[in-house]
Amino acid sequence: MADPIVRRVLGRPLVVAAVGFLLIMVLGAVFAPLVAPQDPYRLMSLSLGDSLLPPVWMEGGKTPFLLGTDVQGRDILSTILYGSRVSFLVGTSVVLIAGVVGGAVGLLAGFYGGWLDSVTMRLADSLLSFSTTLIAMLLLGIFRYNSLLLVILAIVVAGWVQYARTMRGRVLAVKEEDYVTAARAAGSGAPRLILRHILPNAVAPLLVIAAVDFGVAVTLEATLSFLGVGVPITQPSLGMMIAQGKDFVYAGMWWLIVFPAGVLMGIVFSLNVIADWLRDELDPRLKAR
Amino acid sequence: MSGYVTKRLLQGLVVLGIVSFISFAIFQYLGDPVATMAGQYATQAEREELRRVLGLDRPFYVQYARFIGNALRGNLGLSYVARVPVLGLILERLPASIELAFAAELIAVAFGVVLGALSAAYPRSWFSRITQTGSLVGISLPTFIVGIGLILVFVVWLGWLPPFGRGETVPILGGAWRTGLLTASGLSHLVLPAFTLGMFQLAVLFRLTRGGVIEALQADYVRTARAKGVKPPVVLFRHVLRNVFIPVVTIIGLQLGQLIGFSIVTESIFQWPGAGSLLLASIFESDFPVVAAYIMTVALIIVGLNLLVDVAYALLDPRIRYG
Repeated sequence: MADPIVRRVLGRPLVVAAVGFLLIMVLGAVFAPLVAPQDPYRLMSLSLGDSLLPPVWMEGGKTPFLLGTDVQGRDILSTILYGSRVSFLVGTSVVLIAGVVGGAVGLLAGFYGGWLDSVTMRLADSLLSFSTTLIAMLLLGIFRYNSLLLVILAIVVAGWVQYARTMRGRVLAVKEEDYVTAARAAGSGAPRLILRHILPNAVAPLLVIAAVDFGVAVTLEATLSFLGVGVPITQPSLGMMIAQGKDFVYAGMWWLIVFPAGVLMGIVFSLNVIADWLRDELDPRLKAR
Repeated sequence: MSGYVTKRLLQGLVVLGIVSFISFAIFQYLGDPVATMAGQYATQAEREELRRVLGLDRPFYVQYARFIGNALRGNLGLSYVARVPVLGLILERLPASIELAFAAELIAVAFGVVLGALSAAYPRSWFSRITQTGSLVGISLPTFIVGIGLILVFVVWLGWLPPFGRGETVPILGGAWRTGLLTASGLSHLVLPAFTLGMFQLAVLFRLTRGGVIEALQADYVRTARAKGVKPPVVLFRHVLRNVFIPVVTIIGLQLGQLIGFSIVTESIFQWPGAGSLLLASIFESDFPVVAAYIMTVALIIVGLNLLVDVAYALLDPRIRYG
């Protein structure tokens, strides 16, 4: 029979659906140049005659444009596939950078304590009370330069705190365990203690944070791009698509925002479903019956 | 207790100190006040003179001290664009933001706590399953999508509510505050933005209450109350909820910054004339004195209210000792 983990996942249809949806979206994003009907980066291939077409099943829809087109005549489906590349790129980079930086800060603060702990945790508290949206928006607003890298960095600056605090809490608990005392008594130095004994036993809760944070990063990038302080206007991001489609909502052209918004929500919802499931797996006491 | 309050007060002051320094840096080094005030036809000598008059030739710590001194007296400089004191600009916009935030918080607490408690009380019902999945959708929904979605449904498709603005306002408190809460038009304009802003908080409070109630329902005092024959709704709302309310209050305090961040998005979508939309406009116009003053004001509000929540928390729960 299959591995118990696999069996438990299959017992939760919502988790299966979430993993499946994410898998399809990631594949679609990675292979966008191959599967997308049109390249929204190539302005030459766009025709203004095809602008604002409704989805293909509606009156006036045209065959290559499955989900309709936007005001520049870009195929909505293709733009979504290319736009989700930005989302996944931002999510992955933010989780990796913020996870490593925040994890390391939390590890050191928890292990050594003292002034390092006080300073970093005060800083974390201050950042935490200001909300990631506000901090990232102010950082980008002040620099007034739209770039993908800057968006990622701004989200990292605002978002490393969660990892640091969670890691620190775990380290404080783990470092009192008998096996750590034993290793210390056996003559292990600080680096060995941290890397071999404490880190492996403290890292698991970070997985939950990472899953949630991936969704937060994707949402934040979309929000920043929606407000006009995110990725450059030449880059098709889901947030940008919704911002551009917003003005046509009053004219009833719902497909300009419903499809990109649906994909964005689907990605974030799937990540939250997975995070919820991970949390239950890691802490069975919390399992809601 | 008083030692704890003093400690939190000092921590708050440290945060405000850091924030004021950042604001000062933005105020002083982004954009050139001399170029803005002297205009492009001023001679080099005139510029130097203005620089000296404004004190911009002094060392930065002198300028910082002056910035703080001025800020404490309510002088946060002039807007580059509107050419009026920025504090006045922000204070004029605050009532709209505060009314929106309160309405959103009210919606979040009322719906979040009640639905959460009911969902926990009947964990196997279809109601519980639907609301639980709904709450996961709620925390997954970006604020701007909630806003546009509500506009699409209630404005474009159903035509029930107005799409943007604050509606009619009337002056209260001797004209110091213009409120939209007393007119039908103001209230109808408030509904969509308030739900947009409150949605995330609602989902968070739902999940928190649900978890707390599920745990509390297994407590001994609940069994005792049930054994005495207390009716289930009374057990739920009188005995259990009272104990779940402390973390709810804490989360409301912790999420305050989040609420302000999301309010910028909400105000931008609904063209709500509050401080958040002022900030966004100022960012695009490079009106840095307004940005700096906004940061200071928000920091003061967040630190002040967090302190209040902490003190309230310490008073509410005597079991906890603070070092």
